[in-house]
Amino acid sequence: MIDKGAPLLALDKVETRIGPYHILHGVDLVVPEGGATMLLGRNGAGKTTTARTVMALWRASAGTVTFGGRDITREDAPTIARLGVGYVPENMGIFSDLTVAENLRLAAISGQLDPKRLEVIFNAFPAMKRFWLGRAGTLSGGQKQMLSIARAIVEPRRLLIIDEPTKGLAPAIIANMIGVFRDLKATGVTILMIEQNFALARAIGDTVAVMEDGRIVHHGGMAELADDDALQRRLLGLSMSAHQ
Amino acid sequence: MTTHAPAPSFIRRLLSGDLPRSRILTVILIAIVVGLVVAPFLVPGARSLNTSAKILIFIALVASYDLLLGYTGIVSFAHTMFFGIGAYGIAIASTRMEPGWTALAVGTSCAILLSVILATVIGLFSLRVRAVFFAMITLAVATAFSTLMSQLSEWTGGEDGITFKMPTIFQPAYRLFEEPVLGIVINGRILSYYAILIAVVVLFLLMLRIANSPFGRVLQAIRENPFRTEAIGYRTVFYRTIASVISAVFATLAGVLMAIWLRYNGPDTTLSLEIMVDILLITVIGGMGTLYGAIVGSVVFMIAQTYLQDVMVLVSKASEHIPLVATLAHPDRWLLWLGLLFVLSIYYFPQGVVGSLRDRARGT
Repeated sequence: MIDKGAPLLALDKVETRIGPYHILHGVDLVVPEGGATMLLGRNGAGKTTTARTVMALWRASAGTVTFGGRDITREDAPTIARLGVGYVPENMGIFSDLTVAENLRLAAISGQLDPKRLEVIFNAFPAMKRFWLGRAGTLSGGQKQMLSIARAIVEPRRLLIIDEPTKGLAPAIIANMIGVFRDLKATGVTILMIEQNFALARAIGDTVAVMEDGRIVHHGGMAELADDDALQRRLLGLSMSAHQ
Repeated sequence: MTTHAPAPSFIRRLLSGDLPRSRILTVILIAIVVGLVVAPFLVPGARSLNTSAKILIFIALVASYDLLLGYTGIVSFAHTMFFGIGAYGIAIASTRMEPGWTALAVGTSCAILLSVILATVIGLFSLRVRAVFFAMITLAVATAFSTLMSQLSEWTGGEDGITFKMPTIFQPAYRLFEEPVLGIVINGRILSYYAILIAVVVLFLLMLRIANSPFGRVLQAIRENPFRTEAIGYRTVFYRTIASVISAVFATLAGVLMAIWLRYNGPDTTLSLEIMVDILLITVIGGMGTLYGAIVGSVVFMIAQTYLQDVMVLVSKASEHIPLVATLAHPDRWLLWLGLLFVLSIYYFPQGVVGSLRDRARGT
């Protein structure tokens, strides 16, 4: 039974430095279990760094990251992945030299692909079935993004961190993605999504956090932000109603 | 776009599902394999037999390096060290013990054990650092090992190396049949050649199996993006270390074969930096991350290295009245032309011969 509202992921005053650059300046973020939290903000606000810090791909220099009540700040990326965190990096993070089948088998850490989950993936992304034995590098941009998402859901995950899944995709593909993410939510998985597409953010998000200069400057319900043009302009510099 | 008839399932299984995927490449590989099988009968003579045996040994050696460089993306300069460990294992065991099968078994086992320990230590301590530092560490370790082998002259023969005896059936004086077969006396050299051929086929098929296993896919993923591979749950240092150990073991076995063939080992034969450069060149020329590249690359390289001077003698004689051409074609300039051939081959085949042929078959 999913206890909606209890935090699955929590970042407490997290700071991250990359070389000489101080990117995150004390990020406080709570991702409730069982819903979709949208992480919004202008380019360079620190959204991707936040996701990579949760995955331990960048190390937090201060603060704590807690997942399911366990402190994962000092854990490495494979441990975090094996705790049930699926990560879909930005820019279609696939392995282009491997086939579609090999990409998915690689993500199935338990060794075997579950036929039922595969069926779900094929229903959501028919192209994956069509190009099953094709090299992932030869897929189109949208198909690569589908593969990247399929790889993250090929096994049950407690949390999916998805970084700009619609970046550079055609509107028709984005509409399909919205349906897929809604279906994913219905399975009970928690989603933390970085997104610039407001239509998608509003369609999927339950809660929202807005970042600016490496800090969370707003945290609340998605509906609240979606209905408040003035708040949107103040936080994001533009209105969602202009991006339907 | 080239279409292919489906390969019989036993061939597919034998090659672990990794078919040549190009008709031209298939023809080339079949020609090479058939050529190597019939070489002692087709081109009799000590020199051609020696070239064929070196091709075979380098196929195993370069394929083992390709597991590291082509499949995992690790640049190591210590590969000849493991090659040398294999050869010295046989050399030392055969001189310190009664030459025979026991000496071969002891030498091989000790060499493999030492290689596994060294590869594990180097891997665990060094694979966490950036690729360029790992390459420098391996270069330092390989140089230190080579110096050590030269210094331990009582055991290794120092700079002069050591000669040793093989089991009776691998000795040149041994005759399997009284009468020649197809005009060739089946002596210990021929038997050594075919023993090496069988061993290389087995080693190559094993490497093909490893490269096409789920483990091999993880290595390929690490090569493409180690961070992404970590993010889906794989510890890259662990996998890189295992890849280093596997590669080292195969290189050691190639060294064992070299010792069996030459019945001699010294620093220049197995440990030199020149051999390391040759391995790198063959891997790149053949095509990184293909394994079949080791076959094509070794044949091209060894034939060029062995016979280019002969060709140049002919060209030089034919052009002796044309001053500049005769000077350039002088056999002493063979390394210049060999270098030029490599530059051109890398320029025109950046994916290596195998990669380019596969791309062409795919229509990309």
